[in-house]
This record gives sequence, structure tokens and C-alpha cells, in this order.
Amino acid sequence: MGSSINEIRDLTQQDYKWGFVTDIEDERAPRGLNQDIIRLISVKKGEPEFMLEWRLKAFRHWLSLEKAQAEPKWANIHYGPIDYQDIVYYSAPKQKPALNSLSELDPEILRTYEKLGIPLAEQQILAGVAVDAVFDSVSVATTFKGKLAEMGIIFCSFSEAVTRHPALVQKYLGSVVPHTDNFFAALNAAVFTDGSFVYVPKGVRCPLELSTYFRINAAETGQFERTLIIADEGSYVSYLEGCTAPIRDENQLHAAVVELVALDNAQIKYSTVQNWYPGDKEGRGGIYNFVTKRGKCAGVNSRISWTQVETGSAITWKYPGCILQGDNSVGEFYSVALTNNYQQADTGTKMIHIGKNTRSTIVSKGISAGHGQNSYRGMVKILKGATGARNYTQCDSLLIGDKCGAHTFPYIEVKNSSAHMEHEASTSKIGEDQLFYLQQRGLKLEDAVSMIVNGFCKQVFRELPMEFAVEAQKLLGISLEGSVG
Amino acid sequence: MNLLKIENLHAQVDGHEILKGIDLTIHTGEVHSIMGPNGSGKSTLAQVLSRRPSYEVTAGSVSFNGKDLLAMKPEDAACEGLFLAFQYPIEIPGIGNAYFLRSALNAIRKYQGLDELDAIDFLPLFREKLKLLEMDETLMNRSLNEGFSGGEKKRNEIFQMAMLEPKLAILDETDSGLDIDALRIVAQGVNAMRDPERSMLVITHYQRLLNYIVPDFVHVLVDGRIVRSGGPELALELEEKGYVSIEADSRQAAGASA
Repeated sequence: MGSSINEIRDLTQQDYKWGFVTDIEDERAPRGLNQDIIRLISVKKGEPEFMLEWRLKAFRHWLSLEKAQAEPKWANIHYGPIDYQDIVYYSAPKQKPALNSLSELDPEILRTYEKLGIPLAEQQILAGVAVDAVFDSVSVATTFKGKLAEMGIIFCSFSEAVTRHPALVQKYLGSVVPHTDNFFAALNAAVFTDGSFVYVPKGVRCPLELSTYFRINAAETGQFERTLIIADEGSYVSYLEGCTAPIRDENQLHAAVVELVALDNAQIKYSTVQNWYPGDKEGRGGIYNFVTKRGKCAGVNSRISWTQVETGSAITWKYPGCILQGDNSVGEFYSVALTNNYQQADTGTKMIHIGKNTRSTIVSKGISAGHGQNSYRGMVKILKGATGARNYTQCDSLLIGDKCGAHTFPYIEVKNSSAHMEHEASTSKIGEDQLFYLQQRGLKLEDAVSMIVNGFCKQVFRELPMEFAVEAQKLLGISLEGSVG
Repeated sequence: MNLLKIENLHAQVDGHEILKGIDLTIHTGEVHSIMGPNGSGKSTLAQVLSRRPSYEVTAGSVSFNGKDLLAMKPEDAACEGLFLAFQYPIEIPGIGNAYFLRSALNAIRKYQGLDELDAIDFLPLFREKLKLLEMDETLMNRSLNEGFSGGEKKRNEIFQMAMLEPKLAILDETDSGLDIDALRIVAQGVNAMRDPERSMLVITHYQRLLNYIVPDFVHVLVDGRIVRSGGPELALELEEKGYVSIEADSRQAAGASA
């Protein structure tokens, strides 16, 4: 213990050596990644020792992977080398650049907000406009937190959970996505700065959709985000991640980790709308989104559903999966991935059937426009003990124009002969005849495109919470603007 | 007052000239029929008038409702009141019929400066027109034309026309593929739409349809030109003599007058 206290003291003194500006809003670590940076992160966040050790273990693993050049290269995506020593891994929760009014905002972003129908107050929050008035949404968030606390539901930032609920964090952190899982998961484990934490106690049905939006006034989550959701026996929770509004970020690399744990008879529904900056029309800039998301149906009759609408990022590398360990557990994956201009997406799921009578459903809809490249990659694994397992996979691609691509990489591994597997796939193109038919009835070309695309995605959208679904529909229309005609 | 005035219209598809100088005037409230053999340009005329992008106009002019139709996009022509009942209606998965129709109706109403209809105002109108076409309401909860039989698709076209109430309805071989009962129902729907304020252009191969929908004028289209025009009796003559003799007659007549 003593030595670590000394270390901490050393580190806090090192602050000065690095010449940190005293103004907390501008506090940043120097570029690069080493043990000192990781210690700094841990100290800055006031973490207990087990966290620091966990981070350092992950870091050492990541170093060995980096040395072995084990950054995954199997995905159907292409990008230049990432300089991991040229990234700032810690910067204190900072104010976003404050604008005095929305009129100072990039008109392009403002126009998108309006098209999405985002209320003015929310537009101001999203844009980081400095305001004195107390927002409704902020007060809603406060009442909302009170109500959850009464029911015993913990919903807070990851940092808060680490200090206030260390036992829960220690028990479940890394239990679904261990730091050894993959290159980006190792990096995340070493350097993540914040994220969300949810715990729903036994038998409690969370009455509201939990959303990162309610924490929008809280700390910025940063590029290495970590989320952990635990649904105890017989509980239910629905969690919404992301936002349809376009989010710009100066950090190009994003490597998030999400872990879900569902105990006996529990259910978790996780919905994502991802609209990070995709780069410009020529493919310059844009976020690299390398995400590891996995849920463990640890208990009997448990259920985890992933629903994602991915329209942003220059590169998406993401396979939200389910480990179906409990007997009769159910895993679901519903996905819409859109690539326009020069965007690339390699996304899909992993369903690992371990328990008896486990079931999984995969519905993937890929839309490619412009020069976009869209790959579905899915793995369904039926282990030896998974008697009576069933999987249904449907994977459809829609092409707009003739310069884009759609690819499918399904992997199926069955070790129990009682398994039932179904796989359907289709590729179609938006036809000139379809567009003309809709236009002849009075619809504008862009409305016709968005109607056809939304029809194509209907199976996925109906899995989204209502208001999210409406926004997602509008978002697809906006993301496809200019792709036809 | 003329609603549609076509003058010397030439059009081509993939570099092949299909329409070779069409002149046709349709006044408000008139029903015209265009008959002609396969490949004579009947459907091309329908596509050109509804402004399909892949059909290129090389000469001539068309005014619709006093405006230059050839300068319009397909959706603008539709909003100005031009409706095409497709020969081969298109299937679009995932889009409910009712939702589609309300979107279309509201797009047109918006263009015309009218208030958009909400679901509550829309429903009574919708049910009334369904009855007219003897269509099952459950069909309307399905995706647009998806899994519809040939007859159901054609009926759905006329149903859409009844909902959108165009100024000019072009029916492109609506009778093809219909059995006699479906033909009767479709004709009944079309006749119910006849109105002094509405004009129709009925394109067909066969005289049969014209027993049900009696036109004011019949035109015979051969090789991209209208070779004869007349009253409803011309359709009967065609049925009796066939296109070949009419074509020969008209060629003779042209030769004599030259």
C-alpha cells in the first residue's frame, strides 16, 4: 500500500513537472501512452487501487499486442496507420467551445438540427451554446435521477461508479469483454476515461428508457468510453446510446467498450444511434469507430437485444454480440448500417450459444451509397452442450448507385447436431422504376429515396423506442441527401 | 379550354426514336382513347407525358394546364394534376399502402397550397374510395403492391387515382391482365371519376375496355404517329378490320393528299 501512496504522491508532483496549466478546464496530459499516463488517469479520477492494477495489466497486454503488430487487419476496411503515441489520452472534463448563440454555429449543422426537429433548447446544449437559463431537460434529469434512486437503480457515470460502487465494478468489469479480448479492448481498458454505469436490482423494471442524453450536462465521455450495465435477476432495462444529431469531435480514434450482464430472467435492451462525423464528401477526416460491445446472458431465461443504427463515422468496426450462457436465453441483433460517400463499415454480430435451448435472431440491413463500402460480418457458434439451439439470420443489402459495395461474411460453427440454423440473404438496388413510381405520385426525389430506404429498414426500426425510431428515419434521409439524381 | 396540348412531339429511348411527331389536344372533361399495335409508341407517350427521366424529348412542345409540361419534373407534373395508372405497377417493400397514399396526397396538397390531411381526416376519404373499387381494407395495411395479384395491382392504381383526384388521368393498358369481373370493377371506378373538370387518356390494345369506358375520341397510333382520329365508332372499326388495314388506309389517304 505504502509504495502506491508514494507513487501517487510522485505523480501528483509530476503534474508540475509537466507544466500543467492550473486552469482545470484546459488540463491535458502530454501526447503519448506509457505507464505514467495510465497512473495519471487513475490518480486524476481518484480510483481505488484495483482499477489502477487492472489498467496497467491491460496496458502491458496492449503493449505486447502492439509489438506483435496485432492490431486487427482482417476487417474489410482500409485506413492508414494510427500513431498511438500521437494521441492525448487524458484531458480533464472540459467545456466545449462556448458560443454565444446558435447563429454562431456552422449553418450546415444548424440545418441538420432543424431537419431532425430537435427542440431549440436541446440544439443549444448539443452545440455547446453558453446559456444562463435552467433547461427543462436538466431539471427533468434531476427528478428522473431521484425516481431511479428510490427504486434502487444505479445510473451514473463510470467514474462515479468506480468510487461509489467499487464492489459491483470490480465484480463485473471485464467479465464480458476481458482486456485480452482484442487490441482495441485492451487499449480501452488501459486508458478509458469515462462512460456510463447501470445497475438494476432484483425484480425491478426500470420505468424509463435510460439515455446518455440525460447525462448530457455531465462530463464529456471522451474517445475511450466504457459502459457497464448489470440487470440483476428478474429485472428489465432499456438503454439508449447516442444521439441523432451530428457530433463532431477532434479525436479521430474512438475505441469504446460496452459490457452487458443479464442474470436469471433479466432482460436488457440496448439501442444505439451513431452519427459521428463521417468525413467530407471526398472522404477526408471523419471518426474511426472501433467498438467492442458484448452482452452476457449469464442467467436462465435471460434476454439481450442489440439494436443499432449506424450512419456516421468514416470507419465503423463493430460487432455487438451475445454470449448465451443461461439455458433458454435469447440474443437479438437488429442493425441498420449506412455508408455514403467514402464511408466504410464492417459490422455485424457474434452469437455464442452455450446453454440449452438458446435462441438468437440476427437482422442486418446494410445500405451503401456513393463510394461507400458496407460489410456484414457475423459469427454464430453453437457449442457442444447447446442442445436445441436455434438461430435465424437475415442479412439484406441495398445499393444506391453503381460505385458502392456490399459484402457479406457469415461464419457458422455448429458442434451440436440438434441445432436449427436459418440464413437468408438478399441484395437489391434502388431502381429507377421505383423512384419514378413514387415521384409520379407527387413525392420529391429525396423523399422517394428516403421512403424506399425506410421501408427497407422497417424490421429494425420497429425494434427501436418510438421517438428514437422517428429520428432515425429522418436521419437516414439526411445522410443520403445528394446520393441519387 | 384545352388542358393538354401536344404539338409535333418527338421522343427517343436509348437513342431509338419512338415518337415521330404527335399532335393531340385534350380539352377539360374529355375522354380520349389511344389505340395501336404493339410497339407503336402508346406507352412511350404515357411515360413522356408523366416526365420519366429516361425518355428524351427531341422536338415539339406540350402544354399542360397552360404550363410547359416538358420543363417539369415528374413530381411537379403529378402535383399539377397529372396521374399515370401504370401498366406494370411497382412493388415497394416495407411501405404501407395507406401511409404511402397519405404521403402522396399531402405532397400534392402542399404543392397546391392546401392544408395537409392528418390520419383522422384521411380515413373517411380512404374508406369511401376503397368501397368504390371493392377493395379489402386489409390489403391497405400491407406493403405497397407487395404480394398483390395482377388484378389487385391494377385496381390499386385506379384506387390511387380516385384518392388523388387528378385533372388528367392517363391509363396505360389498365385492362391488360384483368379478368372480366376485375375489368368491370376497374371501369366502374374510372366511370365514377368522369367529371366535366377531369380529362382522361385511355391507352389500350383492345376495344373491349371501351365498351365499359366509352371515350369521346379515339386515336390510332402507328409507328410513332397518330394516323387516324374519330369518335367511339373508330374503335369498333379497328376491332373489325385490324390495325393493318387502318394503317394501309391512312397511308393511302396520306399519299392522296400529298
